[in-house]
Amino acid sequence: MTEELIIAGFGGQGVLSMGKILCYSGIVQGQEVTWMPSYGPEMRGGTANVTVILSDERISSPIVGEFDTAIILNQQSMDKFEKTVKKGGTLIYDSNGITRHPERKDINIYLVDAAEEASKMDSAKTFNMIVLGGYLKIKPVVKMENVVAGIKKSLPERYHHLVPMNEKAIVRGAEIIKQIQKV
Amino acid sequence: MKELRLMKGNEAIAEAAIRAGVDGYFGYPITPQSEVLEYLMSEQPEKRTGMVVLQAESEVAAINMVYGGAATGKKVMTSSSSPGISLKQEGITYIAGAELPCLIVNVVRGGPGLGTIQPAQSDYFQSVKGGGHGDYKLIVLAPSSVQEMYDFVDLAFTLAFKYRNPALILSDGAIGQMMEKVEISDQKPRWTNEEIIKMSPWATTGKTPDRPHNIITSLDLDPSKQEKFNHKLQAKYKEIEKNEVRFEEIQTKDAEYLFVAYGTSSRICQKSIQMARAKGIKVGLLRPITLFPFPSKRLFELSKQVKGILTVEMSAGQMVEDVKLAVKCSIPVEHYGRMGGIIPSPAEVLTALEQKIL
Repeated sequence: MTEELIIAGFGGQGVLSMGKILCYSGIVQGQEVTWMPSYGPEMRGGTANVTVILSDERISSPIVGEFDTAIILNQQSMDKFEKTVKKGGTLIYDSNGITRHPERKDINIYLVDAAEEASKMDSAKTFNMIVLGGYLKIKPVVKMENVVAGIKKSLPERYHHLVPMNEKAIVRGAEIIKQIQKV
Repeated sequence: MKELRLMKGNEAIAEAAIRAGVDGYFGYPITPQSEVLEYLMSEQPEKRTGMVVLQAESEVAAINMVYGGAATGKKVMTSSSSPGISLKQEGITYIAGAELPCLIVNVVRGGPGLGTIQPAQSDYFQSVKGGGHGDYKLIVLAPSSVQEMYDFVDLAFTLAFKYRNPALILSDGAIGQMMEKVEISDQKPRWTNEEIIKMSPWATTGKTPDRPHNIITSLDLDPSKQEKFNHKLQAKYKEIEKNEVRFEEIQTKDAEYLFVAYGTSSRICQKSIQMARAKGIKVGLLRPITLFPFPSKRLFELSKQVKGILTVEMSAGQMVEDVKLAVKCSIPVEHYGRMGGIIPSPAEVLTALEQKIL
């Protein structure tokens, strides 16, 4: 199994930490992982994205031009990364703030309205975990127990009391993700 | 099983330094390597091992602190990124001229000048062909993963002390910034003063009645002595070339064509190989791990097997010159690269192979 994924959105949405949690979960599961962020001036208040690769084998290039899955969380990222999904691949997006919905006909498209759900759950910080839950429902690349272990590993111990809330968000994400298009 | 951590390349350098029993780190922040200093500051290694971590007032100060520390036989290091490494060149040639072991880490960004903060490999010439003045060489290691960033710190010190020569880890912004799984090694104790005196009898450890003064200098005004010293240096470099060449080969056994690439570019080439082989193109990769000493001998052997070589570098083409020399221009050798902080995609590299070599 090799999964090449890009997560793209605004700085502050938890894009990078969602990638980190996935990587930690992969390590717990015995996988090879790479986490390659965009870095530089564009991160400050602008868009942020991270390429995550999980694989059972040694990972070759940490930089890839095409992705198995793109998780898209703002319009700029839609414009930039919709076209980078492999034919037959998967695009997951949150429609909050999206003015142009995905148009490609050759990919699977899913909608996870995580921003709305996070505000319903009264915790904006669980946004990225709702997205992660949706993603893992569609692409169960790591087991749930390993994700919980991954969250624990990526959070300092003083925040471990927040783990159950994050777990709840992941479960919620898996419930609310909707299929828009199947190829 | 050893402890596994998810770390950035820069953090791996820093943790490896603590674990290798390094005595002192002297640095000055610059993107994309600032996490080395940040990690060390937050880890407070003076509490873990007694290691000194100091943010100097400038790159020039940092490298001269390394010079001073190395003169006493301590394990000392610095790190920076391209413009900062240029500033350090005077100190580096003095250290090479004084035959002192130390580690310098360059997390390369695009140049020339202040350039960009994105990754590049355009400091190859500076690393393997001088950089500073005079006939000197650094031992140059090129990691291609975060694990190698970690492992090469200890290796670099081993080689540096074996040959009394500065070693350089030539990385780039991509490896510095990306996170991968790292197997953490056990803590090595820092050397005691007694161990240093025994291991490095040349070091300025304080004169005792049983030996003459140890003098660390790179100056000798007598040309005949200076020439003799230069011959000694050159003999040492020959010895390093004989003993320390390191490289990795991927799918070269049946290869008809060859990529030569180090660091980030070598990772990209591995993906290009998968794509090429799916199309029936038999291409392999030689990845130099040491850039000095360069795996010239093995490349010459491979030149009798393959029909052409493409070097892939994030530069205008620097290592390609050494590849051409190694194969004695017996087969076509071409270069493909991107500059200014752009990382080529695996598909782009495959297209270059098809257009330039096939």
